[in-house]
Amino acid sequence: MIEDQLGRCVASWYPGATGVTGAAKLSGGASQETWTFDIVHADGSVGAILRRAPPGYGASPGRAAGLDAEATLMQLAHDAGLPSPRVMHVLTPDDELGTGFIMQRIEGETIARKILRDAQFAKARPILARQLGRVIAGIHGLPALRLPKLREMSATKEIADLEREYRSFGWPRPVFELALRWLRERDPGPSKEVTLVHGDFRHGNLIVGPDGVRAVLDWELAHFGDPMEDLGWICVNSWRFGVIDKPVGGFGSREELFAGYAEAGRKADPARVMFWEVMGTLRWGIMCCGMMQRFRSGPDHSMERAMIGRRSSETEIDLLRLLAPRGG
Amino acid sequence: MQDEPTPTELIKAVADFLRNEITPAIKGHNAFKLRVGINALDLVTRQLALEQGGDAAEAARLKKLLGLDASLIELNRALSEKIANGEVDLQTPGLAEHLWQTTMDKLAVDQPNYASYKRELGK
Repeated sequence: MIEDQLGRCVASWYPGATGVTGAAKLSGGASQETWTFDIVHADGSVGAILRRAPPGYGASPGRAAGLDAEATLMQLAHDAGLPSPRVMHVLTPDDELGTGFIMQRIEGETIARKILRDAQFAKARPILARQLGRVIAGIHGLPALRLPKLREMSATKEIADLEREYRSFGWPRPVFELALRWLRERDPGPSKEVTLVHGDFRHGNLIVGPDGVRAVLDWELAHFGDPMEDLGWICVNSWRFGVIDKPVGGFGSREELFAGYAEAGRKADPARVMFWEVMGTLRWGIMCCGMMQRFRSGPDHSMERAMIGRRSSETEIDLLRLLAPRGG
Repeated sequence: MQDEPTPTELIKAVADFLRNEITPAIKGHNAFKLRVGINALDLVTRQLALEQGGDAAEAARLKKLLGLDASLIELNRALSEKIANGEVDLQTPGLAEHLWQTTMDKLAVDQPNYASYKRELGK
């Protein structure tokens, strides 16, 4: 049924398109879905992705930038020559597909364990950190005047949000308390420079090919804030997938990341990046606890969510390694 | 008194059956879910074996650190409060050691294959 709707939609803006095939849902909760499909055309089929909130799910949840903003950001990134899919169509009410957009499908891998271990990515791994440094600098440098409306965050606000969320669980975690205290004491205050921040720049949201990074996805958490936040988040140990001595995603060093960032004309502040790495580690830990809460209260009563609750202790050991390292 | 077999023996038998007989027969997303399920059963087995000793030692450390006697969760609430208001910090004798030991005991149950944990075990 979605193929018929997509076929009608595509025919309205893609000259020569005769329908769509192979529609399959890639992921999705109740309010947001991602579909892959092929546009049928006499010149050969074209791979496409639909990202949408189905009809009846208009508003995006608290922190989300919203699908219209995501589409604008992806197109701006594409126009700036950054690895980003071209946005083909923003859904209109006439499409009867809900809200969202259709973009070009980019082939490649998003699964961290494959990127870090498979032979076909052996040449990509040593260049990725520097490459991502350049890409994230490009994102931070997108023209401010053309950016959509987004929430503005600061370290102070982020600490307060994390603390509120953690306290709402009513479950004591002395290591999280230590991290919150550490962050409050070192809160650098408002950033001298406020830029677009991707907000979730890490494995899973990066399409990688044998040649390196091909696309940055998932702008749902984009906001204005301290650009060092993105550099800290990609260094969080949870995204190293076991390769813990390579802080950037398990494939590179901070120095390479910062060098790429500098090549694109921007300067990293290592101390501030470290501050955001601690914040990010705590943030992931609290997100794990949050998933446990959603498992308990429904509607997603799945084993996976329950078990993610038992991964928050991983962030506790990583916080201790950062804040109270042991010798040896 | 409940009779044998023990909960641990029962869970292990189920986990082994799923691992050895069912896993080879399942494909796709359900294979992933099956792996998560087996991991959950293994976690419960580890908790049944380790929880009592770990909790007792944690409570003893907390009583000494805080100078008060209460249930484990109340002791943890008290410690959390003292860290939050700055009464206790990493300079406080015994705090870092306590947090490390407690966290290592959690990881031994939750994720004994986590790379940070394996690195710290060797220290």
